[in-house]
Amino acid sequence: MHRVLGDRKAVLILLGPALLVYSLIMLVPMLWSLGYSFTKGNTIEGFTGNGLENFQHLFTDPAVRDALWFTVKYAVVVTVGQVVAGYLLALLYVFFLKKASALVRTLVFFPVVLPTVAVGLLFQKFFQVAPQTGPVNSLLNAVGLDSVDFFGSAGHAFWVLIIMDIWRSMGFYAVLLFAGLVDIPEEVLESARLDGASGLRLIRHIVLPMSFPVLMSSLIFSINGTLKVFDSIVALTNGGPGNATTPLTLYMFQTSFTYSDYGYGSTIALLLTVVCLMVTLVVFRVSRRDLTEG
Amino acid sequence: MITDSSAARRTRLAGLTASAAAMVVLVSACGGTGGGSASSAKDFSYLSVTENTTVKTALTTLSKGACKAANDAQPLKVETVPQASLDQKLQLLAGQNALPVQFAAGNAPALTQQLYTSGKVADLEKKLTDLGVFDQLEPAAVSTIKALYGGKVEVLPYEYNIEGIFYNKKVFGDNGIAVPGTWTELVAAAAELEAKGVQPFSASGQQGWPLTRLISGYLYRSLGPDALQAVADGKAKLTDPAYVKAARAVADLGKKGYFGKGVGSIDYDTSMNQFLSGKAAMLYMGSWALANIADEKQNTIGADNVGFMPFPAVTGGKGSIDQYPSNVGLGITLGAGSFDKKTGDWVSCIAENYGSTALKDQGSISGFKVNTEVEDANQVTTQVRDTITSSQQNVLWFEALFSTKATTVSQTNAAGLVSGSISPEKFMQIVQDALSGN
Repeated sequence: MHRVLGDRKAVLILLGPALLVYSLIMLVPMLWSLGYSFTKGNTIEGFTGNGLENFQHLFTDPAVRDALWFTVKYAVVVTVGQVVAGYLLALLYVFFLKKASALVRTLVFFPVVLPTVAVGLLFQKFFQVAPQTGPVNSLLNAVGLDSVDFFGSAGHAFWVLIIMDIWRSMGFYAVLLFAGLVDIPEEVLESARLDGASGLRLIRHIVLPMSFPVLMSSLIFSINGTLKVFDSIVALTNGGPGNATTPLTLYMFQTSFTYSDYGYGSTIALLLTVVCLMVTLVVFRVSRRDLTEG
Repeated sequence: MITDSSAARRTRLAGLTASAAAMVVLVSACGGTGGGSASSAKDFSYLSVTENTTVKTALTTLSKGACKAANDAQPLKVETVPQASLDQKLQLLAGQNALPVQFAAGNAPALTQQLYTSGKVADLEKKLTDLGVFDQLEPAAVSTIKALYGGKVEVLPYEYNIEGIFYNKKVFGDNGIAVPGTWTELVAAAAELEAKGVQPFSASGQQGWPLTRLISGYLYRSLGPDALQAVADGKAKLTDPAYVKAARAVADLGKKGYFGKGVGSIDYDTSMNQFLSGKAAMLYMGSWALANIADEKQNTIGADNVGFMPFPAVTGGKGSIDQYPSNVGLGITLGAGSFDKKTGDWVSCIAENYGSTALKDQGSISGFKVNTEVEDANQVTTQVRDTITSSQQNVLWFEALFSTKATTVSQTNAAGLVSGSISPEKFMQIVQDALSGN
């Protein structure tokens, strides 16, 4: 094996095809998109170079500012919600439900396999005020409160989105973290218990540090997924009311494909890439810290 | 040694050749065939939107009747996409030079003009004149098309609509309300209806345009028929006080709850249904709604109970109530590259027969001449047809001269305007910003 991997030609033959395919379907479009960000136009009119104009516009465009702020706000809240809810569920599976957790795990995981559009429609109906009063508003009316137009104001629409996305994905993170938790050797937990650690102390000093790598992976998964959120927002609010729930991805899509400005759309995509890269680097840097030493 | 080095070179060369071949395959796969609209088309392919069933149904009827010969030579093949996805689809197809023979040409005239400028859309005035059927288009429809498309006939008038307010005659009668002639009277009528527990207006905030049409209606009545042309020409701004006043007038209707609960969640069908089932007294809509009004399954209040009034006057305004907003529906056009003799036969047949077929079967008024006299389905259809015939000057709608971006911004924020989440000043500001390219 060492001889094969030591042979540069063999490495090239083994890696070459995969690298070529990866380059063609990932790197080439990325570089292509980068090239577009210095142009103006679309597939109908053709493209003309416009230097750094798109970048200048990017820094002065209030819609980009709003979309970036919404993206960050959404990513932070949903990531925290997803990972915390997932971790609590995983702890519930491992330490309380134990072997009986299979049914609960399946039930909580179920929304993950539902199509996003179906979940979006479900929540739309759940929170709607018109044409029919949805269950949430019926409940509010039953306790003597007025109906709320959840999709008519930015604040309400944001929280409905948050609830929907946490509900939809916490089962996935619960299973991911569950896998991390069951990997903790029983002897370690047992000896900690013998040393008097229990409840929160056991979790803080033994479980949390030992499940830290998988927790970090969940965090990276989640933050990158939420920064690139698209489908759930399109299905639930389509960015509205107005542009109050429009993330960078949706604004990029609208700019490129609705407003036919591929160049500026590519510039927004570049901004999103930079944001994702920066966040991932920060998370990696933080994750280097060893919690068992703290 | 020499053998080894030449073998290595051969391997490298083979690798490079394989890479280049893969690249060529990929690029050619992405590039499409390029023949879609440039060569003679096998089918009379028609790309439409799912929401519009009128044209599709009428063309299918023609393909089996009056246009059978044209259909035998070039069979009709309909494909539909949701209206919200139309622009993206057109851009993709245009980029691959694969536009169908006939297609809905975008949600805003701006996109159609882009397609026309880049040579993807046929000059229909020339084509129809060459075919000897240009006189089959109603002059009023031609004038509306030219006003919308920079003086060119870039689309066919499969619909010719005027817009106004449909009202429930019975509800008006029961509550002793006369047909309002001015905006003040309209607001007073709405207040009276609201007080009696009747929802005054039904409107789709999800679509947005039924609300922004009220703004343009107010603008045309208060500032005259050139109000929005002045904005397009840069002579006025939507943020000017006279323009903001129009947005405020519409926002005030929302503030008082005249559009009912959750207007932003009301889709087009629901708003139509609210009016046709008697849950709302008035509906601002185009004459395309006559098809829904004539349909007994949808219209439970009865066609005889539906009246049509022009958008009311604004006291002291420069506009007149006989200037009706008009349009040709969703623009449907023909590709320049694929327009051959067989397509010409289809177009001639459509020009001569579509007007009667659409009116007879679906109660839909088009901009084609009605060559076989058709009895109107109901009184309101007669009223609308008479209004179209006698109308002297028409106006456009709020977003008619806007860019695609300004159109989207306007329509997606309209619900916020009437629900009070954004002020009239802010609404006009963001639409003006989108219009100015900011």
